Amino acid sequence: MGKFGKEFAKGLIISNPVLVLALGLCPTLAITTSIDNALGMTLVVLVVLVGSSTIIAAIRNFVPSIMRIPIFIVIIASLVTVMDLIFQANFPDLHVSLGIFLPLVVVNCIILARAEVFASKNPILHSIADALGITVGFMLALLMISSIRQILGTGSLSVFGFDFFTLPVLGKYPIAMFILPPGAFLIIGLLMALFRWRGVMKSE
Amino acid sequence: MNELIAIFIGMALINNIILVQFLGLCPFFGVSKKLGSAVSMGMAVTFVMSIASVTTWLINHYILIPFDIEYMYIVIFILVIATLVQIIEMFIKRTNLALYNAFGIYLPLITTNCAVLGITLIILYQEYSFLGSVVAPLGGGLGFTLVLAMMSGIRERLELANAPKAMKGLPIAFIIAVLLALAFSGFGGMI
Repeated sequence: MGKFGKEFAKGLIISNPVLVLALGLCPTLAITTSIDNALGMTLVVLVVLVGSSTIIAAIRNFVPSIMRIPIFIVIIASLVTVMDLIFQANFPDLHVSLGIFLPLVVVNCIILARAEVFASKNPILHSIADALGITVGFMLALLMISSIRQILGTGSLSVFGFDFFTLPVLGKYPIAMFILPPGAFLIIGLLMALFRWRGVMKSE
Repeated sequence: MNELIAIFIGMALINNIILVQFLGLCPFFGVSKKLGSAVSMGMAVTFVMSIASVTTWLINHYILIPFDIEYMYIVIFILVIATLVQIIEMFIKRTNLALYNAFGIYLPLITTNCAVLGITLIILYQEYSFLGSVVAPLGGGLGFTLVLAMMSGIRERLELANAPKAMKGLPIAFIIAVLLALAFSGFGGMI
C-alpha cells in the first residue's frame, strides 16, 4: 500500500502534469472556460489514462519494443473513441462544448508520456496508482484555472446549472478577457510562476 | 472563391491556430527560441498538415462514409497521420537531403503535434469542401509559422531580460503569449 500511495501522491503537486511539467497544454488552455468543461475533460482523461495504463502494463512483456508506440497509440485511440461515443450519447452539450478537444485527447502528451515512461515498465497496480495520481493532478490544475477564469470572466460560479454565487459588481460587468484566449495564457502563466516560486523559496 | 479566401484568412489570422485555437502549443513554447528552427518547424508542420488534410478528407468521403464507419475516425486519422509522417520522412531523405536536414528532428515530432490532427478534425467538423481542405491547412500553416517566428524573435531577446526568478522561462513566455493573443484578437472583426 505504501508504494501505491507514493505513486499516487507524486502526480498531485511535485510533478503536477500541467503546472510543473507543462504537459497537455493545448486542452488545458482551450477548455478551461467553464468548470463544466474542466470536469468533462477530467472524466475523459480519467477513463483513457487508467484504461490505457492498465492495458499497457498488462501487455508490457509481450510488446516488441520497436512496435510499442503504434500499439500504444491504437490502444489510446480506441479508448478515446469509446469516450467520444459515450459523450455523444449521454452528454451532448458537453460533447459540443469540448469540440475537437475530445478526440484530441489521443495526442495529449500526458497520456502517451505515462504509457511510455511508467506503464510500459511497471506492474498493473502501480500503473493504476500512477494514472490516478496524474489524473487528480490534472483535475486540480484544470479546476484551479477554470474556476478563476469563470469567476472573473462571467462574475458568477455555477456548475452544471447549480448557481453558487454571483459577485456584486463583476456579475454586472464581467471581465470578458478571462473567458477569451488571452485570459487562458495569463492565468496559467501566473499559476505556473506561483508553483515555481514555492520551489525557488524552498531551494534558497 | 470568396468562401475559400474567408477560410484562408480565418485560419491564418482570425482563428489563429496557436493563439486562438490553442493547437500546437508544445512547439510554440518548446522549440521557438531560434528564428531559423522556428521557420523550419513551421514549414514542416505546414507541409504535413496539407498532405494529412487532403488524405483524411479523401479517406473520410470515399471510405468511412460509404462503409458507414464514421465513428472510427479517431483511430483511422491518427494512424493515417503517423504513417504519412513516416513515408514523408523516408521520401524526403531519399530525394532531397538538403530539405531533410532543414526539417531535421521536427518531422517525427509532428506525429504527436495536435495541430495536425486538430486541423483534420476542424475540416471534418466544419464539413469543408475538398478545396476547403486544401486551403485550410495552408492558412493554418501560415498562421502557425508567423506566430512561431514572432515568438522566437521575442524569446531570443527575453533570454537577456531581467525577469523575476520564478517567472523565468515558461511563465514569462506565457505572459508574452497574452500580449500576442490580445493583438491577434484585434483581427476578430475582419470578416
